[in-house]
Amino acid sequence: MAIDKATVLRIAGLAHIEVEESALEGMAEELNGILAWIEQLNEVDTDGVEPMSSVVDMTLPQRDDEANDVATRDDLLANAPETEGGFFVVPKVVE
Amino acid sequence: MSGIIHGETGDFEMVIGLEVHAQVASRAKLFSGAPTEFGAEPNTQVSLVDAGMPGMLPVINKVCVEQAVRTGLALNSKINLRSIFDRKNYFYPDLPCGYQISQYLNPVVGEGEIEIDLADGSSRTIGIERLHLEIDAGKSVHDIRPDATHVDLNRSGIALMEIVSKPDMFTPEEAGAYVRKIRAIVRYVGSCDGNMDQGSLRCDVNVSVRRAGEPLGTRCEIKNVNSVRFVMRAIEYEAARQVEVIEDGGTIDQETRLFDSARGETRSMRSKEEAHDYRYFPDPDLLPLEFEQSWVDELAASLPELPDARKARFMADFGLKPYDAGVLVGDQDFAGFFEAVADGRDGKLAANWVTGELFGALNKVGKSITESPVTAAQVGTLIDRVSDGTLSVRLAKEVFEFMFESGRDADDLIEEKGLKQVTDSGAIEAVIDQVMTDNPEKVEEYRAGRDKLMGWFVGQVMKASQGKANPAAVNKALSEKLKG
Amino acid sequence: MSNLTDLTIARAQAGLAQGDFSARELTDAYATAVEAGRELNSFVAETLDAARDQADASDRRLKDGEAGLLEGVPLAIKDLFCTKGVHSAACSHILNGFKPPYESSVTANLWQAGAVMLGKANMDEFAMGSSNMTSYYGAVVNPWRREGDSRPLVPGGSSGGSAAAVAAHMAVAATGTDTGGSIRQPAAFCGVVGMKPTYGRCSRWGIIAFASSLDQAGPITRTVEDSAIMLRAMSGYDAKDSTSVNTPVPNYAAALGGGVKGLRVGVPAEYRLDNMPAEIEVLWQKGIDWFRDGGAEIVDISLPHTKYALPTYYIVAPAEASSNLARYDGIRFGLREPGADLRETYCKSRAEGFGAEVRQRILIGTYVLSAGYYDAYYLKAQRVRARIAEDFSKAYEKVDVILTPTAPSAAFAAGEKMDDPIAMYLNDVFTVPASLAGLPAISVPAGLDDGGLPLGLQLIGKPFDEETVLRAGGFMEDAANFMAQPQWLTEGAAS
Repeated sequence: MAIDKATVLRIAGLAHIEVEESALEGMAEELNGILAWIEQLNEVDTDGVEPMSSVVDMTLPQRDDEANDVATRDDLLANAPETEGGFFVVPKVVE
Repeated sequence: MSGIIHGETGDFEMVIGLEVHAQVASRAKLFSGAPTEFGAEPNTQVSLVDAGMPGMLPVINKVCVEQAVRTGLALNSKINLRSIFDRKNYFYPDLPCGYQISQYLNPVVGEGEIEIDLADGSSRTIGIERLHLEIDAGKSVHDIRPDATHVDLNRSGIALMEIVSKPDMFTPEEAGAYVRKIRAIVRYVGSCDGNMDQGSLRCDVNVSVRRAGEPLGTRCEIKNVNSVRFVMRAIEYEAARQVEVIEDGGTIDQETRLFDSARGETRSMRSKEEAHDYRYFPDPDLLPLEFEQSWVDELAASLPELPDARKARFMADFGLKPYDAGVLVGDQDFAGFFEAVADGRDGKLAANWVTGELFGALNKVGKSITESPVTAAQVGTLIDRVSDGTLSVRLAKEVFEFMFESGRDADDLIEEKGLKQVTDSGAIEAVIDQVMTDNPEKVEEYRAGRDKLMGWFVGQVMKASQGKANPAAVNKALSEKLKG
Repeated sequence: MSNLTDLTIARAQAGLAQGDFSARELTDAYATAVEAGRELNSFVAETLDAARDQADASDRRLKDGEAGLLEGVPLAIKDLFCTKGVHSAACSHILNGFKPPYESSVTANLWQAGAVMLGKANMDEFAMGSSNMTSYYGAVVNPWRREGDSRPLVPGGSSGGSAAAVAAHMAVAATGTDTGGSIRQPAAFCGVVGMKPTYGRCSRWGIIAFASSLDQAGPITRTVEDSAIMLRAMSGYDAKDSTSVNTPVPNYAAALGGGVKGLRVGVPAEYRLDNMPAEIEVLWQKGIDWFRDGGAEIVDISLPHTKYALPTYYIVAPAEASSNLARYDGIRFGLREPGADLRETYCKSRAEGFGAEVRQRILIGTYVLSAGYYDAYYLKAQRVRARIAEDFSKAYEKVDVILTPTAPSAAFAAGEKMDDPIAMYLNDVFTVPASLAGLPAISVPAGLDDGGLPLGLQLIGKPFDEETVLRAGGFMEDAANFMAQPQWLTEGAAS
């Protein structure tokens, strides 16, 4: 099938979700089941059909260039697991 | 700086493409109403949208779209009346939503081209691949604590124009001229302040090398280079590095590198080693960006004079050489200053004074044209005093030095320091008489046919007048008097 | 005076206006019901003290003659709506402790109209589910039971807590959100009215996103009239949502009544599934007969791409969700599980914070957007989506509204259908097509199955023609005369 354990690992890596080695097999099987079911879309003739990314039939509304919406720093940081000196804090990033 | 690298196994040429990220000049961010002030306290210029709070939605800033289109027009590029915003998905602490809103397959501006001016007087056409709008990320600070990274989202959501060139450049000098030209254009248009120190303009540099006549080699991308000088040095280093790798039998890995300006080296970025798969797709929170050709036409009609047009005008109106004109128009303030000086005067003379004396003096004290202690009107008056014979060129240079130091007017200084050129024939004749009386043997020799002594007499008269005598008047009176 | 919690919005407002009771009394009655109904697990956060304050303010406005559209009406708010300073977690562990410093546009509209918030309603995590089994806060119990069977049933999902709260009279009405059927299917399972308006009618600003191109808020109420009243208060253009449509909000309640004479009602052949329970077929036929008897014109129509709606949805929704849920990274809010380094912190936080269903959908979404698969899956799905929308446009050349069942079954027991994800997805087979096309649709309770459980019929309308949908829904409600009550109400909480 399309998805093997390595593929599950790769996707989970892209999605930044840790997956236990023991769960890989089962997840691959489940994802394959869903994808096999999705394959039926190939029956539909979509030649020349524009992909539909929105049902809204209008153009993008545009806002005025006004700097009138800034959050207080307290509001911004209130829900953060760790902050220091007005910054959000995360484990060290290695450049 | 040549584009040819003489390797041990033969010559290589470098091929360069540039991605310039220009911060759009706007009051608010691209998709939020947060301000764009530089240098504010961390996390004080952030809206809930920029912080990626749950349920927050983007709404595009009209002025940012306008600036992108105006810039596209100035880059002689195709304006796309319909473009799409996509999400570029990746995780990074200063990218709050886990995706950057950008434009992938359908940018707002398509292909175009610009001219760059080179020092040898030639110019080249460089292709523009595209210009698209995207949001900036926040800033990660790594040196506050050894075990942590601190995240400031002030920049998060600021509008950037990414201007992508075609791989059309073959020397570091061309790349430098290209960046300068882009900077001049965005400044003329007013779509970006072009300030590389503050990061308003940054470059990603793509470099590859190949033996003459061979297809393009594998390229490396040098990220976030923030000065024209560094762009050129990074290219030079990187191209040499690639040649060395190839000649040692290695291959170039397509990778992202950093330029270490302190060491003048590029090095691989470890954190970007992870294979990227950005999973671009149209942002479902936004709709296609669409506008009318008539609106584009209005913007085109209201564009200011652009560097190329101004250059052509300077060449035609003031008789300037292409490279000099190019240098002058490269900086809008500089060009404006020049134009004020040249107004109603000899253009070449004005150019000499502005690019020679003034530019030199400013460079020496490290000031920009906007900080010049002398105004364009003051320089103009000084030139007038040369033209009307009040000052000789030599005296004028002396006066200029005083002006630059004090910021005072030429006329005041001429008066005060008694630097006025002596044109009064009586006074000049008196000096000549004295010189002739003191040197009767020289007069004899001259009259006997040693014409060359004329120069010596002029020198003596100028010396006796402390340089203030009008050289033309001196010449005229001397030749009459020496005839006897 | 009858039991205050039995009143609809319309009748409660009449009572308030006449001074039969105060808003405070109404809210107190509901507060008691909420506390008595905790075993249904409909609410994940109760805000009863704040509700009493809001009710007191309503009483002052009533006295001053400044009553709003929903003055004094106690509501349950789905946990997907951000409510300022109040638990707003999409029933996910990853939003542990999150209290937004802002109020969603829809709930702000409701408070502006004078409504009272009783608390936050339970739901499937991030609105992903059709049974309310995926909530981090545990399953919701449907107030209905099968006759002669004491097993608890699911309320449907994802707005399961909202539908259960309204059915059990723990709220006059509730907000829901519908991405593929999350208002209509739980409304059908709980015997109440659920309305998903046209995409763009209600602002999405401040609603925690699942799939941006599909998500739409709407009311869950006991009657169609209440649905009309509440939808009016929720709706409206919002400049903060780029997909909000700037078109006036009509007085929907005024569209009710007047019958269906001459209304063209479409019956799509493709909604007749193999293996569909006979009782659903029978109910659907009843619905057709009601409309025909009422003078409507019944038109057989074809929506040829119907069977592809579900697989299309299961590409589009997970793809958008995989990106929408990337912001839950343990940096600015919510759960952080410390790891050895940044990457491990991300991966552990997201593994711990998201439940199995959400993780699976993120993985599917990531896969269908990934290099090499984008065209085959995502773009293909967007093209099929265009075909599905086109089916509807063509149908609406011939009909004014489309009549279908809401769900292929009545409520099922917790644990049933859990093993096979596709069997679970099939719950939404009749609701997903209208979601993909962005159309307004309502589920109205129309009858009972053999086990005495409620079944709903769905009406799907043209874009921004909520009025016709509500008018036809009101007609169907009258025709069905659905009077059954859940055991929770008739037999008391202990049964």
